[in-house]
Formats: sequence, structure tokens, C-alpha cells
Amino acid sequence: MMTLLVAEHTSTALASSTLSALTAAHQIGHDVHVLVAGNNIAAVADAAARLSGVSKVICADAGCYEHALAESMGDLIVHLSEHYSHIIAPSNSESKDFMPRVAALLDVGQVSDICAVLSAEQFKRPIYAGNAIATVTVLDDKKVITVRASAFDRTTQQSAQACEIESVDFSVENRLSCWQSDDITASTRPDLASASRIVSGGRGVGSGANFALVEALADKLGAAVGASRAAVDAGFVSNDLQVGQTGKIVAPDLYMAFGISGAIQHLAGMKDSKVIVAVNKDEDAPIFQVADYGLVGDLFVVLPEMTSKL
Amino acid sequence: MKIVVGVKRVIDYNVKVRVKADQSNVDLTNVKMAMNPFCEIAVEEAVRLKEASVASEVIVVSVGTAQSQEQLRNAMALGADRGILVEADGEIEPLNVAKAFAAVIEKEQPGLVILGKQSIDSDNNQMGQMLAALIKRPQGTFASKLVIDGDQALVTREIDGGLRTIALTLPAIVTTDLRLNEPRYAKLPDIMKAKRKPLETLSLADLGVTAKAHCRLDKVEAPAMRSAGVKVASVDELIRKLKDEAKVIS
Ligand SMILES: Cc1cc2nc3c(=O)[nH]c(=O)nc-3n(C[C@H](O)[C@H](O)[C@H](O)COP(=O)(O)OP(=O)(O)OC[C@H]3O[C@@H](n4cnc5c(N)ncnc54)[C@H](O)[C@@H]3O)c2cc1C
Ligand SMILES: Nc1ncnc2c1ncn2[C@@H]1O[C@H](COP(=O)(O)O)[C@@H](O)[C@H]1O
Repeated sequence: MMTLLVAEHTSTALASSTLSALTAAHQIGHDVHVLVAGNNIAAVADAAARLSGVSKVICADAGCYEHALAESMGDLIVHLSEHYSHIIAPSNSESKDFMPRVAALLDVGQVSDICAVLSAEQFKRPIYAGNAIATVTVLDDKKVITVRASAFDRTTQQSAQACEIESVDFSVENRLSCWQSDDITASTRPDLASASRIVSGGRGVGSGANFALVEALADKLGAAVGASRAAVDAGFVSNDLQVGQTGKIVAPDLYMAFGISGAIQHLAGMKDSKVIVAVNKDEDAPIFQVADYGLVGDLFVVLPEMTSKL
Repeated sequence: MKIVVGVKRVIDYNVKVRVKADQSNVDLTNVKMAMNPFCEIAVEEAVRLKEASVASEVIVVSVGTAQSQEQLRNAMALGADRGILVEADGEIEPLNVAKAFAAVIEKEQPGLVILGKQSIDSDNNQMGQMLAALIKRPQGTFASKLVIDGDQALVTREIDGGLRTIALTLPAIVTTDLRLNEPRYAKLPDIMKAKRKPLETLSLADLGVTAKAHCRLDKVEAPAMRSAGVKVASVDELIRKLKDEAKVIS
């Protein structure tokens, strides 16, 4: 029995979500192999090989894996799947794309977004936007699982000696889909998914220009910037900042919500944060029901005041 | 080109669910049900493609109990031409739904399949990807823009860092994200008209699909509740609390 963990990375570094998924893999209890797939990813494979509790790194370094297209990743993982009882990956926009494909090709189900490992077969996962937590038992021999990174601590320990790195010589000729272009938002702020502090703005912020107030506080705190769906839909900020049921799931030490009402779909993405602060001019806004500290007030007054006083 | 669209009946997104006392599942008795919001977006996109003469026919498909007819009629009121209900009891797992869709697609031979990215009840986010694998076609998941260009679909996807555009060879499977479009509301005359549109009912057996159990639901619990905290009166008090009490800033 072995587990194959499909690493998330940036081509130059492992993503912290991979370290959280590794903790989940250790809880499952088997030997863990890590698959690093991409183009020119030797440095990532080296980093993975030094992680504690990884017995082998499988490195698939080829042009066909560059953009992690589901058609290519799916075939690669199925090709490697034979020896593994568990195939797991941190939940992200790439793994959500290719893991169900892997499951279907293996004729097994998939368990999405687990938040606890009870045994090698039994897991907990949130359903109904986190308003209920299901305990499920996987009946298939091969278990395909995605992991909610925010629910697991990161394995940051290094082993004294790097494990073996095995190169796989398998390339996929994918004639069905083809990458065209990326429009990636460049930011010097911490990454939303792994930040320890997040300052978020909602519809109440009013415009993209006003978001500078949110960003100023975030910069003062060394925090990432987040947003509600309403703020993204209105074009104040880009889609990758959306926090919630259908956006990013976060659990920082400090989450500050400005001008966000607190719809269940938004709460689904942030209610596991350690400390929640809400600033809203409506004292009945539902966000106050989950906030450790609530301030009824105008964000256009509170944000600059707070930024200047910190 | 025909378009097949998946329509799932789920709890209305405004309803806050409660867990049953015996923890066997959530309680759906007398709860308002509706079309999954992502499926509404899928229906809207298909209907727009028909209005733009890119598509010739929009077929909506649901796998579920007889009550799902309501959502299929609703989709036809929004402009779909006909519906297929594949009758199945209870919560049916995504891979089984995908197998039913694969069989429908085999029969209908659509040029495009549009599904939601995620059911808001089970939060699975699996079906479209599984279907694409089963029928060996490309997938464009989490689409915020879709352009049909000859035998290709150009799909702009919402990904973690921003947006990515990919080109898919048709037939393809596309799953919708929230920003693909804003669905219209059904008008009364269209609701009346939808009652006369064809709705075929099939069983899984008719499609040659045997549902297999991949996962067992053991228990459903309410999540840990957060206790509402305190209201502070000023920015100074807030900063003090964050420093001295919560110790999250220094
Ligand atoms: C299928 C589905 C999925 C969804 N997924 C998500 C998701 O992932 N993430 C998400 O966030 N939403 C999601 N939503 C949308 C969600 O239901 C809400 O519509 C959204 O979260 C509302 O955003 P908001 O709180 O910014 O806006 P609003 O609800 O409009 O709230 C704005 C708030 O700002 C306050 N305000 C206004 N001006 C000021 C001021 N000057 N000072 C202080 N406060 C002020 C108001 O009092 C109000 O409470 C989803 C919806 C659906 C149907
Ligand atoms: N029972 C079903 N009937 C029709 N469509 C479905 C069904 N289940 C899932 N789908 C489609 O697949 C999408 C993703 O569902 P899921 O994988 O369950 O999150 C939904 O938005 C629907 O478009």
C-alpha cells in the first residue's frame, strides 16, 4: 500500500498546499511518493526529495506537462497509478481539473476536499458550503482524493538525507486541448491561499480605485488581499482573489472583512480563520455572527484610520 | 450543432441547511429546491449560442427523481428545446451521473456539452471532468468566457492565479464558473410554452448504465459553531484587542 501525492508547485518552488497534503498523506499511513510534473522542474523535485516522510520523488519533466492540462496530467497519473492505493493532491484549480479525470479513467469515485483523515478509508469533508460535515467511507480499492489544504498543518520537517528521484519517461500526445495564453495577476503581496493574514473587501468598498484603501492596510500588516464575489463580479479586483464556496478556502490567523455582508457562500471560505474582524456599517450584517471583533462603522473612515495607527 | 446541458435539482442557494437529529443526512423536508446556480449559467450560455445561431438545439438532461422535471421545465422556459430525465433515486454519485450522460451523448451526438462546475449541495466539482474522461473528449472547466470558432472552443478558465485560455477540439465539455454570464429570468408566456416542450423519461437501465457504489455516507454533522464575539466601539479599541487579547498583530 502506497500513496502517490501529486505536488502543487510554481515550476520553481513547492506550494505550501503540498506540505498540507503531505500531512494528510502521513495520516493515511502508507509510504508516500511525490509526483512532480511540469517543464523544467528539477529544483522542485529536489525540494520534494528533502521533505520528511517522502520515500521517493517521481519527476515527470516534459513540455507536455507545462500547463498541467487535464488531458495530459490525467494520462500521466493513470500511467503511474498501478502501485498506489491512494492518489491524493491538494485541492486547487489544477487538481480539481485533472483528478476527477483520473478517477473516471480508473473507474473509481473521487472524494473532494477532505478536511480530516479518520483512517485509510474514512474521511471527513464539508458539503453544502460547509454547513454540514460528511463522514464518508471510500469503497473503491484505489482512492482518489483532493485535500483542503487549510484544514491540515504543513509538514515542514526536512529529512537528513534526500530520497531517490526517479525520472519518468512518459509523454502524452494531446491533440484535444491546447494552451493559448495566461492572464496572471502579478502581485508582490503574500499568496492568498497560504497567507497568515488577509484583508478582504466586498461590495461596500465601491470601486476598484477604492480598493487601494484595503491594499494599504494589507501592506501595513504584510497581509494578502481577498474579496467577496460581489467585489470580483463588479470588477473591483481579479477573480483569483475571491474567497468562498466557489473561490479560495482560507484559514489565516487573522481575517479582516470590510464591507462584506457575510453570505453563507462567503463564510464557507473563511469561517475557519483563527481570528475574524468585521467592519460593516450595518449592525445586523450576518458577518458579525462569526466575527470575534465587530466594528459598526464606515469603512472609508475605519480603513485609513487603522492604516495610519498601526 | 446540438448542445447538451446538465441540470441538477438542489437545495435553493439561499436556504441554510440543517443536519438531521440522527446525523444520517441533512434535512431536506419542506426545503425550497431549485436549479443548481451553475447549471442556470450553463443553460443561459447554451441558449445564447442558439440565439447566435451557433447551436441548433439545446437539450437539457437531469439525473434524479421525478421531481427534477420541475427544473427541466424551468430550463425549457429559459429557452432549452427539450428535456431528458434519467430517473434515479437519492443522491447519485458523480461517476454514475457521468456514465448516464455518456450514454445520452452517445445517442444524441452533441457538438458541445455544458455543465455547471459544481453542485452546491455535494460540492463535488467532478462530473464534467469525469464525463470528458469517459467519452475521451477535452474539457474546459471553470469557464468565464466561451467562444466557438469553427471546430474549436476557446475557453477562458478561472484559475488560481488569474485567467487561462485554452483551445479545445469539438466535441468538448465545458463547465461554467459564476462570471460566464448572468442568467435571465423566465417570462410567463415562456413558462406556459415550456409545458408543451418534449420531455423524455428514461431509466439508467434504458441507457445500459449500472450505478455502482463508490462511497458510503456514514454520518453528517453540523460544523463547529463559531461563537459571535464582541463589538468594539472604535479603531483604537480594535487595535488594542488585536494586540493584547488576540495577539495577532504586534
Ligand atoms: C452558487 C453561488 C456561489 C457563490 N460563491 C461565492 C463565493 O465563493 N464567495 C463570495 O464571496 N460570494 C459567493 N457568492 C455570492 C454570495 O451569495 C453574496 O452575493 C456575496 O458574497 C455578497 O458579497 P458582499 O458581501 O461583498 O456584498 P453585499 O452582500 O452587497 O454586502 C455589502 C456589505 O457592505 C456593507 N457596506 C456598504 N457600504 C459600506 C461602508 N461604507 N462601510 C462599511 N460597510 C459598508 C453593507 O452594509 C453590506 O453588508 C455565491 C453565490 C452563489 C449563488
Ligand atoms: N444528477 C445530475 N443531473 C444533471 N446534471 C448533473 C447531475 N449531477 C451533476 N450534474 C452536472 O454536473 C455539474 C457538476 O456537478 P458535481 O460534480 O456534482 O459538483 C453540475 O453543475 C451539473 O451541471
